[in-house]
Amino acid sequence: MLRQLIVISISAIFIENFVLVKFLGICPFLGVSKKVETSLAMGMAVTFVMAMASVITWIVDKFVLKPFSLDYLQTVAFILVIATLVQLVEMFLQKVSPAIYNALGIYLPLITTNCAVLGVALLNIQKEFVFIQSLVFGVSAAIGFTLAIVLFAGVRERLEFSDIPEFLKGFPIALISAGLIAIAFLGFSGLKI
Amino acid sequence: MNKTSIFLNGIFDENPTFMQLLGMCPTLAVTTSVVNGIGMGLSTTAVLVGSNLAISMLRKFIPEKIRIASYVVIIAGFVTIIDMLLRAYIPSLSKSLGIFIPLIVVNCIILARAESFASKNKVTNSMLDGFGMGFGFTGALIIFSAIRELIGNGTILNFHIMGEHYQPALLAILPPGAFIILGLLVGVINLIKMNRGKNNA
Repeated sequence: MLRQLIVISISAIFIENFVLVKFLGICPFLGVSKKVETSLAMGMAVTFVMAMASVITWIVDKFVLKPFSLDYLQTVAFILVIATLVQLVEMFLQKVSPAIYNALGIYLPLITTNCAVLGVALLNIQKEFVFIQSLVFGVSAAIGFTLAIVLFAGVRERLEFSDIPEFLKGFPIALISAGLIAIAFLGFSGLKI
Repeated sequence: MNKTSIFLNGIFDENPTFMQLLGMCPTLAVTTSVVNGIGMGLSTTAVLVGSNLAISMLRKFIPEKIRIASYVVIIAGFVTIIDMLLRAYIPSLSKSLGIFIPLIVVNCIILARAESFASKNKVTNSMLDGFGMGFGFTGALIIFSAIRELIGNGTILNFHIMGEHYQPALLAILPPGAFIILGLLVGVINLIKMNRGKNNA
């Protein structure tokens, strides 16, 4: 069991990194990655939401949707759970750390529409994970997201001072450097576990 | 604004993919082949038209404070319908798009149009806006997936274009290729925009 959990965790963080291999959560990845500090805060907020969302959606699916055969309401139910969680995180951050709250700005409520969160909830059900597997998968996927966004922010901070052709400035060069990081992550696919 | 310009706005001036850079997840993820690109584009268009229509009809009844939550539920309803239709009638497409069909719910294009257009405009105009934005998105996906499929597989819509001896550059259909090719594509569009600006000045 423990071995299995470690395999789930390693493959969610490295081999099937949510952002760089599965393309989930691209919007915040490109939007909030200008500074390492804010990207780390974003990563933490997403980690919390994803861990909670994995747990709650699993419970909702197992004890509400399945017994009453309401499977077709899955998408609607999950998005409502996530929207509520994000609202909670928003109120919490506003109270505890207004500085981070302001730095994240519009991207904080937008965690609701972060496909990584809904994606992890749906994948948990699709892969037929049991409770503890869902939790580990959710947390690992979020760590993978945080890793990718922080690495990317580090690269982007340096891009600020580089001499880049005018037409590639901003978004295009960011995408190309994301591609180069993704090539590095492709190396993990050779990992045998 | 007249009806034609509302429709064309989404296809060119405010193209969701190339100009507004919205909906990047499906754009990068499903464009490994043109068939997938078209399927994703049309599914999103259907949801967009439906949600714009419903939200525009309900715009006077939805309370300001809970509007985002209401929009998300309406959008999720339409996505569920499309998901079930695809599973019943085009199971192969449903399988290859996989998790990205339910994830249309969180495609920012749809919520953005609900918030910035459908909640303020009449029903017919909102539907036209939905069609325009949807076709703009589909067109962008077709262009992008055609480039990726051609370089990465030597084919377009499974027809061999590059001839027998072409060695496919697999990188183009792997994840890194998606980032790099989209980056270059947006760069080229910037270049065109800059040149147009110069000529006008």
